[in-house]
Amino acid sequence: MKKLLSGNEALALGAYHAGVTFAAAYPGTPSTEIMEAIARFKDIYAEWSTNEKVAVEVAMGACYAGARALVSMKQVGLNVAADPFLAVATTGVNAGLVLISADDPGIHSSQGEQDNRHYAELAKVPILEPMDSQTAYDLMACAFEISEQFDTPVMLRTTTRISHSKSIAEFKETRSLPDRKIAFEPNMQKYVMLPVNARIRHPLMEERLLKLAVFGETFSFNKIEMGERQLGIIATGISYQYAREVFPKASFLKLGMTYPLPEKLVREFASKVNRILVVEELDPFIEEHIKAMGIKVDGKQYIPRAGELNSDIMESAGRKMGLIKATAAQEKPPVAIEPAKRPPLLCPGCPHTGFFYVLAGMGQRLKLPGAKEKTVKESNLIITGDIGCYTLGVYPPLNAMDTNGCMGSSIGTAIGMEKAGLSAKIVAVIGDSTFLHSGITPLVDAVYNLSKITVVILDNSTTAMTGHQEHPGTGVSVQGEIVGKVVLEDVVKGVGVKNVAVVHSFNIKELRKTIKGALDSRELSVVIVRGACVVQKPRHGETQAIDTEKCNQCGICLLVGCPAIQTQGKQPIIDIGMCTGCTICQQICPKQAIGPVFRIKTEAQN
Amino acid sequence: MNSNTKIDLLLTGVGGQGNILASDIIGEVAMAAGFDVKKTDTLGMAQRGGSVVSNVRIAEKVYSPLIKEGEVDFMLAFEKLEGVRWASHLQPGGVAIINNYAVPPLSVNLSVEKYPADAEVMQVLQQRSSRIYLVEGTLRATELGNAKTLNIFMLGCVSVFLPFKLDAWQEAIRQHLPEKLWKLNMTAFETGRKEIENVHV
Repeated sequence: MKKLLSGNEALALGAYHAGVTFAAAYPGTPSTEIMEAIARFKDIYAEWSTNEKVAVEVAMGACYAGARALVSMKQVGLNVAADPFLAVATTGVNAGLVLISADDPGIHSSQGEQDNRHYAELAKVPILEPMDSQTAYDLMACAFEISEQFDTPVMLRTTTRISHSKSIAEFKETRSLPDRKIAFEPNMQKYVMLPVNARIRHPLMEERLLKLAVFGETFSFNKIEMGERQLGIIATGISYQYAREVFPKASFLKLGMTYPLPEKLVREFASKVNRILVVEELDPFIEEHIKAMGIKVDGKQYIPRAGELNSDIMESAGRKMGLIKATAAQEKPPVAIEPAKRPPLLCPGCPHTGFFYVLAGMGQRLKLPGAKEKTVKESNLIITGDIGCYTLGVYPPLNAMDTNGCMGSSIGTAIGMEKAGLSAKIVAVIGDSTFLHSGITPLVDAVYNLSKITVVILDNSTTAMTGHQEHPGTGVSVQGEIVGKVVLEDVVKGVGVKNVAVVHSFNIKELRKTIKGALDSRELSVVIVRGACVVQKPRHGETQAIDTEKCNQCGICLLVGCPAIQTQGKQPIIDIGMCTGCTICQQICPKQAIGPVFRIKTEAQN
Repeated sequence: MNSNTKIDLLLTGVGGQGNILASDIIGEVAMAAGFDVKKTDTLGMAQRGGSVVSNVRIAEKVYSPLIKEGEVDFMLAFEKLEGVRWASHLQPGGVAIINNYAVPPLSVNLSVEKYPADAEVMQVLQQRSSRIYLVEGTLRATELGNAKTLNIFMLGCVSVFLPFKLDAWQEAIRQHLPEKLWKLNMTAFETGRKEIENVHV
């Protein structure tokens, strides 16, 4: 059967047809849709795990017990999961275990750019890299076979462009379940990593790599495609597609397995071409391994290390190398104007907006349109942020975030700033899913070390940024079943926080009172700001409008940063198609000029 | 199928306008006609409100899913400013179909940046090509009673230029939408086809 599939759909389908019976993940762009697609098959066990570390640990247990297990995550997820990933790399597997690392060259939606192939080298496990949806589907079956044959977890590395592109893939219509029982055979030397046993495993891991390299020599996805001999290109992943488009006549060594490398095959290719260019996104991973073989290749002196590649960049590399001549057609007329930027925004009716407006007001961060810049002085309120939609509170006009590093870091960073001796009040802002992912341990640290920070948990009861996935706080599983529910206030009180408040996210007066109370308390406090994500609950109440007779154009409503509030000249107006009736603007208008659209219209007629 | 056929389409708009669904439908129609197809969406972080761009590439064999700058044959801009943003990707003589609709970014509402005047929008596009079509997509979709039909209206507009059969379009639209929306969207598609006849700038 043939279909137009995204890379992520193809990976999920490939895993299903390869007999996966267990899948675990934590949402993260660009990997999220893999779990969403595989969870639709009801004859497997699938879970959103609390975080990526837990996801690898449950998958590790499942594969020890004889289930083919898949675990998927975005690139930074593996930073969280590195510990169990290296552990299972040491013990090896029973049934197959495949870890999908979805890297994000170009930083479409991440806090940084990193090449996760280094993790596989560190863990001494093989890497497979698909080039389109077809190879994503095909390589998944190979990955499970390699895992079981060589007693190793396998990293399948995809990237945003592979995961989020659609291409035509041909696939099976049936699923082949491996002939394997669910059973755990105790083997302390293999599964109990005391130093005495780990010392036995390490040489086995080295031996495993040597065997894998031999396997790679004849692996059908490592393949020479001879063209002209002047230029030989070694490429993998999406980079192969760009190189193939720009250099249609070159010879290619396509690598479906990029670690360990098939040395004989690389040497054979090198002997057939005059000059070699290695094309890969991010780090010179393949390039450096080939150079270590003593083979001369070009690579990162022409292909950028930072950012995503594309055919234009490939072409410009070709010109620098003297392989492509510049032509008149490539000189493009400049575009006359620099178009206004359109960064991502908190949605109209977002439950985070009111909170940030209140917090920004307390930190004196709001600036009326056209007002002069305030002189910079030491802020009396520091806001440490975290990963999620609410990170967008950093944009003007709210400007309500000072730091953001990684999942859960808001709380630890706040504790550190306080303990370092800052005199300002410090508030850590974290979402519900992120708090459960990795906010609990730093909160324990705050209790233990007598911190006096305020932690705000923005609870919209979903993992919104990645597209509304369930999590332990929602009590619903990825397969739509009602499961256990973790109650945030119970967790917070349970670890020993005494000052805990819960407040509704659309009530400005209550928000102001509660946040101020927490900040002034000078003890460790947690405020849970609760309100549903507007994408899931798109209507709050009556659509609002601005009475232009009463409005004195002060611009305060614009400071909310709501996309539904626009301007005609200096007059703010509300786009009725966008307004969800959350009434935040109505609550803050000093002239009471905002109200339900039907009332404003009637008044205008009178 | 002509082995030299190459059709590169770029669809752009603001999150929530439905241009990803539209690009999926084009991909399905092209695949049904026997072509190789690749398509890719660039979304950034926003659930809503950010810039969205989809590339759809159709040929006998497609390698890169991304179209090279200046090689777009057909640009569908669901919003004017996004049309300006991607203008340099249009190939000289390419077709641009621009929905006459503005969603000012927050920076414009906060008087930090300016939204280009219609004349500027046209000037930027006409530097690239004379085949610019300004269509009243949002207005027509709203007149039909559902502004969300804009994406299918835009498909109707571009379908006039593409070598695919009408029933293939209708089949792909049916596959991607629930049955209760079929009739309305078929009307939107037809309205788009008619609109394009009269609006060459």
